[in-house]
Amino acid sequence: MHIEKTAAAGTLESSDCLVTVEPSASEIKLEIESVVLSQYGEEIRGTVLETLKSLHVQAASVHVQDKGALNCVIAARVEAAVLRAQGEGGQE
Amino acid sequence: MIRTLSFLPGNTPNMLINGETLGADALILDLEDAVSPAEKDTARILVRNYLRTQRIRKTFLIVRINATDTAYWRDDLAIILPEKPDAVLPTKVSGRQMLDTLTAEMSRVEQDAGLERPTPLLPLIETAMGVENAIEIASYSDRIMGLALGGEDLTADLHCKRTKEGQEIFYARTRLVCAARAAGVNVFDTPFTDVDDMEGLEKDAQFAKALGFSGKLVISPRHIDTVNAVFSPTEEEIEYARLILACIRDAKAQGKGVVSLRGKMIDAPIVARARQVVEDARQIFGEEEDTDE
Repeated sequence: MHIEKTAAAGTLESSDCLVTVEPSASEIKLEIESVVLSQYGEEIRGTVLETLKSLHVQAASVHVQDKGALNCVIAARVEAAVLRAQGEGGQE
Repeated sequence: MIRTLSFLPGNTPNMLINGETLGADALILDLEDAVSPAEKDTARILVRNYLRTQRIRKTFLIVRINATDTAYWRDDLAIILPEKPDAVLPTKVSGRQMLDTLTAEMSRVEQDAGLERPTPLLPLIETAMGVENAIEIASYSDRIMGLALGGEDLTADLHCKRTKEGQEIFYARTRLVCAARAAGVNVFDTPFTDVDDMEGLEKDAQFAKALGFSGKLVISPRHIDTVNAVFSPTEEEIEYARLILACIRDAKAQGKGVVSLRGKMIDAPIVARARQVVEDARQIFGEEEDTDE
């Protein structure tokens, strides 16, 4: 999938995360802010990259603001943001 | 046995991930009223991932999909059904025609996903037409696992005020119980909507149980324990049921055709009720199966 526009999904509530994706020229740029970054930073990174790969996203700038979300929540928010960046789904 | 069915907003991770700790027999993951139109897409994906990865316990998981007169319900089914929820709760079910449309789409999605078992349906009856067609809905097909009553939308459709006493929904309650029992499926009462009135909740749940409901929808986690307690057999009921079954066993052994207990004739309906109480106790409290018969 090609990231056509900036889009976001999720919230900053506890156990959730806000994922913002933006177009990028040629690579995945990933930035993570998390209350549990030192403990789970690598796991979050792995979940985001795996989700992007499953959606065939090869170039995107991704910003994750995590509030202690489980992997299934992070994956859901990344997928929703990517789909919204295609012009599909509910809102930008 | 399902006594409580607790609604959880489909787009709120904090509530979803803690849902199975609340003590409800069933959770209704809500894609409809609890989710704003702008978040339908994110909720669907979140609920799908929850079903896919977070099924830890034995809680019965139901997904409430959007109404068939909206643009959302087909996408709801396409994303949710492949994850095999225990049931789908369609809203404002009014009769056979709506069920034809719904089940045709469900069958198509299930076939594409290679599902062997049709997903059960728990139709939410919340219109005057739905109430009048209750027996048609309850007996529609093997997919129907029960009926659920939605009193708030129903009273709006009836052009009357929803009250705590609930006289305005008495006809609907009894009609749904009768239809569901005639069709051999469960029937669940409308939620009690005053979160803080625990006394009113208990009274309302006891009334529903007395009418024949199997359990009750709940909209607040605070209501779960009370509703569970009301729809569970008491120790006295369990003890009496076991005594009846023991009497029947003894009577059979002695070749007696007529049995009485405490001066009361024990006939087939009483035995059937006793068996049901013992089975309910086994499911709820994990007690050993009664083998007295």
